[in-house]
Amino acid sequence: MSALQFRRRRQREPQEYQQGLVLHTDWKRPSVRWTFGTAQAVLLVILVIVGLGPILWLAKSAITPTQDTLIQPMSLFPHGTAWSNLSDAFSEVDIGLYLKNTIVIAFGSWVAQMTVATTGAYALSVLKPRWGSVITGALLTTLFVPSIVLLVPLYIEIVHPPIIGGSYENSFWAIWLPESASAFNVILLKRFFDNLPREIFEAARIDGCGPVRLFTTIVLPMSKPILGVVSIFAVLASWKDFLWPLLVLSNPNKQPLSVRLPTIEGQTELGVFLAAMLVACVVPIVGFLIFQRSVLGGTGLSGALKG
Amino acid sequence: MSTINPTTPKLQQTEPAPVTRAPSVARGRRFRRTPATWLRSGGLSKLIFLLPLLLIFGAFSWYPIVRMVLMSVQQMHPTTPATWAGFANFTAVFHDPLFPIAVRNTGEFAGLALIFGYPIPLIAAVLISEVRKRRGMFTALAYLPVVIPPVVAVLLWKFFYDGSQYGVFNTILHWLGIGPQPWIQSQSQAMPSLVLESTWANAGSTVIIYLAALTSVNSELYEAASVDGAGLWKKVWHVTLPQMRTVLLVTMILQIIGTAQVFVEPYLFTQGGPANATLTVMLLIYNYAFGNSLGGDFGEAAALSLLLVAFLAVFSLVYLRATRSWSSE
Repeated sequence: MSALQFRRRRQREPQEYQQGLVLHTDWKRPSVRWTFGTAQAVLLVILVIVGLGPILWLAKSAITPTQDTLIQPMSLFPHGTAWSNLSDAFSEVDIGLYLKNTIVIAFGSWVAQMTVATTGAYALSVLKPRWGSVITGALLTTLFVPSIVLLVPLYIEIVHPPIIGGSYENSFWAIWLPESASAFNVILLKRFFDNLPREIFEAARIDGCGPVRLFTTIVLPMSKPILGVVSIFAVLASWKDFLWPLLVLSNPNKQPLSVRLPTIEGQTELGVFLAAMLVACVVPIVGFLIFQRSVLGGTGLSGALKG
Repeated sequence: MSTINPTTPKLQQTEPAPVTRAPSVARGRRFRRTPATWLRSGGLSKLIFLLPLLLIFGAFSWYPIVRMVLMSVQQMHPTTPATWAGFANFTAVFHDPLFPIAVRNTGEFAGLALIFGYPIPLIAAVLISEVRKRRGMFTALAYLPVVIPPVVAVLLWKFFYDGSQYGVFNTILHWLGIGPQPWIQSQSQAMPSLVLESTWANAGSTVIIYLAALTSVNSELYEAASVDGAGLWKKVWHVTLPQMRTVLLVTMILQIIGTAQVFVEPYLFTQGGPANATLTVMLLIYNYAFGNSLGGDFGEAAALSLLLVAFLAVFSLVYLRATRSWSSE
């Protein structure tokens, strides 16, 4: 964004504005500028209150004594701060363990999703097996089946696996593997791989490059941007997931934050509970701020794919 | 979207055992091509690269879809083996007094979400797209609620919705001179409260999709409209919205499909209460299968799931048929 703005400022050409409801020439008129300026200032205030407000409130209340939050929720530290809430969240509620579980689950989901999506998309897009179009069709179909509806059969499959036997309840594999069946990831990567220049693949093949080396040394490095986007969304989705881990992880020592928080809500002092919720938010928020451009670009991309 | 119908038969053909079928395909080719030529043409590496996808999707996507359809006509409880039940599960669902309540509530949620949640992202996106400085900050602020884990968002809003005079929202209302509201504790306000939180949590991603769509609006059309003397509102109405109609139609159907599956909000806010005012179809499916009071009736849960999917599929088809002339000119 900043690079774009820099270019605009430097060239100062009217046609530099790609889109614009308000034309560059109109923008010079004081009345237009004033009206729109006001509208945007109002918008900014609303966005700060609505988008940032609840999070700032959570951050404030996480270090406020419980009694103050209960009686004067909108006052700013009427009787000082209580940083002990944060340390209590780790010592009393053991939030560190659930944070670790959440991280392990997110990391495993990322590895599993990326393995399935990259190899599958590579096979379908570059190696082009004979039944490729049938498989792609079957993948597309699953996009239209709401995943949430598969909960019951998937749950039975995890508790009573058909061929291998045993039970995978309370195992992280019960989360990693089903989450990696994301047709969305495969289709997104396949479309990206489809657009890579075929000449490079041909040249590599002539130089004696096999399918495995083509995959690891050419296709993957050329796809870094899209791999980053898919990675971020894989981790974020895993972090946000609630219902599936709730079903398959009944052992509290295995549960991630999202499953554990509703359970401890009733048994924990409010201040400590709010501190625990803040801990659950920090990683996704910081991650979003760091990878902002990829996240926002990727959401636009997903919109384009859906359209 | 329109590929729902044509691909369904294909799916069922490849369905039964994609994992075991892959080698048998290779064996079948032996009559036309020897294994040596198959190997030399890279057949083995194709198979190896496809294997994770086939195994994972076979086990966790294609198989459960078939299994769900089968389960809906089976008598199934966690402890007993499955037996044929015909349409008993569907009859049981239709005779459940909670079923019409759940359908009505889900419809109410989807309808309210459309009224609240559909225009807001569009207005926000149009305004943000005109921001000349620091547009990234506007966009990031709009998107921030999306990255908050839904469980945290719901539990936080549950506290905001505290019905006492000390509740966060009631304190703000008090500043404005309005008395305390019961929010999620009252039958009439519970559903709108849930929709409000859900809109807050989800609007950001729609804003980003609209912003991406707005950049593809042909700027020459704006200039032409200006030359013809069109004002701001006329430009929005006659240029922006028509240019975005495909995206607008798609986001609307996606939003309806998404809100029809609402679960986390009613489950964590109200457990379907008060007096079943927020019992949704997904919550009913969960209660059938995993709720203690009703016992684990997986057959009924699968039947209701199938009904939901069938309804959404038919609805999508009708929607696409009805809006076809409008979306592609």
